[in-house]
Amino acid sequence: MAITASHAPAELAPPEPPRPRWSASEEASGLALISPTLLYAVSLLALPILIVFAYSFWSQDYLTIDRALTLENYRTALFEPMYQDLLGRSLVISLVVSLVTVAISYPIAWFISFHGGRHKNLWLFLITVPCWTSYLLRVMSWKVILGYQGVLNTGLMSAGITDQPIASLLYNSNAVVITLVHSWAAFAILPIFVSLEKIDRSLIEAARDLGDTRLMSFVRVVLPLSLPGIISALLIVMIPTVGDYVTPKLVGGKDGVMIATAIQAQFGKGANWPLGAALSVTTMIVVSAMAGLTVLALKLVVRKIR
Amino acid sequence: MPDTPMIAIDRVNKFYGIYKALSDVSLNIGAGEFFALLGPSGCGKTTLLRSIAGFDNPSSGDIRIDGHSAIGVPPNLRPTNMVFQSYAIFPHLNVEENVAYGLKRLKLGADEERRRVGAALEQVRLGHLGKRRGHELSGGQRQRVALARALVLRPKVLLLDEPLSALDKKLREEMQAELRSLQRAVGITFVLVTHDQYEALALSDRIAVMFGGRIAQVATPKEIYQHPRTKSVADFLGGMNFLSGRTLGQTASGLTVETEKFGTLTLSLPEERIEVGARATVGIRPERLRLLWDDERAPHELTGKVVNRAYFGETTHLLVGVEGLEKPLSMIETNTHGADDLPIGADIRLAYDPEAFVLLADDPPVERVH
Repeated sequence: MAITASHAPAELAPPEPPRPRWSASEEASGLALISPTLLYAVSLLALPILIVFAYSFWSQDYLTIDRALTLENYRTALFEPMYQDLLGRSLVISLVVSLVTVAISYPIAWFISFHGGRHKNLWLFLITVPCWTSYLLRVMSWKVILGYQGVLNTGLMSAGITDQPIASLLYNSNAVVITLVHSWAAFAILPIFVSLEKIDRSLIEAARDLGDTRLMSFVRVVLPLSLPGIISALLIVMIPTVGDYVTPKLVGGKDGVMIATAIQAQFGKGANWPLGAALSVTTMIVVSAMAGLTVLALKLVVRKIR
Repeated sequence: MPDTPMIAIDRVNKFYGIYKALSDVSLNIGAGEFFALLGPSGCGKTTLLRSIAGFDNPSSGDIRIDGHSAIGVPPNLRPTNMVFQSYAIFPHLNVEENVAYGLKRLKLGADEERRRVGAALEQVRLGHLGKRRGHELSGGQRQRVALARALVLRPKVLLLDEPLSALDKKLREEMQAELRSLQRAVGITFVLVTHDQYEALALSDRIAVMFGGRIAQVATPKEIYQHPRTKSVADFLGGMNFLSGRTLGQTASGLTVETEKFGTLTLSLPEERIEVGARATVGIRPERLRLLWDDERAPHELTGKVVNRAYFGETTHLLVGVEGLEKPLSMIETNTHGADDLPIGADIRLAYDPEAFVLLADDPPVERVH
C-alpha cells in the first residue's frame, strides 16, 4: 500500500488523518484497565525480589546491616563446600523429582485424555482430591507409610518379603523424592492433560494411515505435540521443589537436607540475612539455568525422533 | 470393470450400540475407478470409507482390498491412504516433512526420499512451498499437501473424506478439475465421500447413493441422474417433480402408467416387479419441462400459472401451478428468452416429452434399531 501511495500524484494523496491523542488510544485504555493488577503484581513480586537482591550485596554484624556493597556473600555461597553440597543436592533432587513426576503423570494424563470417555471430568476431580488436605498432612502421612514401623515395612514383613523392617525408607533423599513426586503429581498431570486434549485426533489417524504402528504414531505425533505440556509440567515441579523446605525437614533426615534449610537458618538462627539473600539469588539463577537447559535438551530429543 | 475388483465389500454391517450405521452393504469398486459415495450426513458413507481405511471395523461381513480380506488388518498395513476432511497436516512439521512422513519408514535413503517428496509436491504444484508450516498454508494448499502425502506412498487406493467441503466454491471447482486429472495421471482407485451431488456427478466414474446405512443405487453419473431408482435418490440428485399415477399394464415397449394431466405414459420397466393397478410414482426433471412462447406449439402441452420465481444468473427457476395437480411443477429455464422477466401470476404454457418421465420405486423403510 505504501508503494502505491508514494507513486500517486501529490494532489491525489489523501490528507494525513489527525493523529489521535495517546491518552485516547486503545493502548492507553488497556493499560489503564490492567494497572491495578499490574501494580499489585509488581509490588508483590518484583519488590521482594529486589529487596532480596539488594540484601545479598550488603553485610550484617549481629543486628546492624552494613550497606556497603560487597561480593563476600556470593563468595561464601558459591565456594563454601557446605553450600555447594546443599545446592548440588537440591538441584539433583529437584531434577529427579520433576523427571519422575512427569514420567508418572504422563501415562495418567494420557489415559484420561484418550480413554477417559465421558468421565474425564470425574477423573480430573479425583486427581485433585489429595490436594484438599493440608500439604503438611500429606507429608506427614508419608512418614506413616515409610516409617520404621510404618505401613510399607509392616506390609512387606507380613507378606514375607522381608523378615525385618527396612531402615533406609525414611529420613534420606529417596524419601524426599517420593514425597515430593506425590505432592506435585496433580500439578504435572493437568498441563500434560491440557496439551494432550488439544491434539487433533485425526492427526493420529493420519499417522496410522501413513504406516505408523500405534507406538510409532505416539512417538512421532502425540509426544512432540504434547511437548509444551511436558515442559510446563517440568518447570512447575522443578522450580518450587529446589527451594522446598517442609518436605526435607520432615522426611529428609540428615541426608535429605536441601538448600532451603540453609537459607532459613541464615534468616533465622544464623542471623545473616545478606548471606541468606545471596544463597537465595544463587539458587534462583542456577535453577533457572537448569530449567532452561532441561527444556532445551527435551526439545532436541524430540526433534531427533522425527 | 475388470474381473477382480480392487475393493469388494461383502454384506457389511456396522452397529454402534443399537444404532445401525451400515446395513448389509455390498459393493465392488474396480481398479483405476473414480468412485463416489454420496449421501446426506449420517447415511453411513464416512463409516464405510473408514472401514475401508481400517479405522472402523465392520460388525459383520467382509472387505477385500486387492483380493485380500482386510478384516482385522490395521490401517498401517493396508494398501490404502486417506485424505482427511480436516486434512490432518502435522503442525509440528513443514510441508516437506509432512509429505516425507510415510516414506521415513521405508528407509529409502536421503536422496531417493528427497526425490520422491519433490516429485509428489510438483505433482500437486506445491514445489515452491516445501519449507512452510501447515498453518502458513491456505485451504487449497493444505488439501494439496494432504494429497501429496498420501500419493507419495503409491497406494493402490486413495480414500478421500469430503476433501473439498472446507473450500469456497471457486476453489472447489478448481480442485475438482485437479482431482480428476490427478486421478487420470496416477491411474489408481479413488474413493470419494461427498454430500455434494454435483461433485459426485462431475468427478466420478460411478456413484453409490446411500441413505440410512444402505446403498440405494450404484450407477454411472448419467444413469443415476437420468434413471434414479427410488424417490429419495431422485430427490437427492437435483430437483424432481413427483407425480402419482396408477399402472395400467405391461406392453412390449414397457410399463404404461396413467397420470393426472400428463396422460398415459409408457415407461421403461424397473427392476422390481410392479402389479397392474397399483399406485406408482413417476418423476420428471425440472429442465425437461420447457416454456412455450407466443404461438409456439408442441405435441404435449399443459397450461399453468407462475407461482414463484428465483433468478440464478444463467437460469431462472420457476414454480408453475397447474390446475388438477397437488403440487406446483418446478422447472428450470435458461435466461435467453426472458423467463427472468415473467411476473408472478403470469399464465404460461409448457411443453413436456413423455419419454422424459421415470418410474420411481418407493424407498425401503429406514431401519435404525436392530
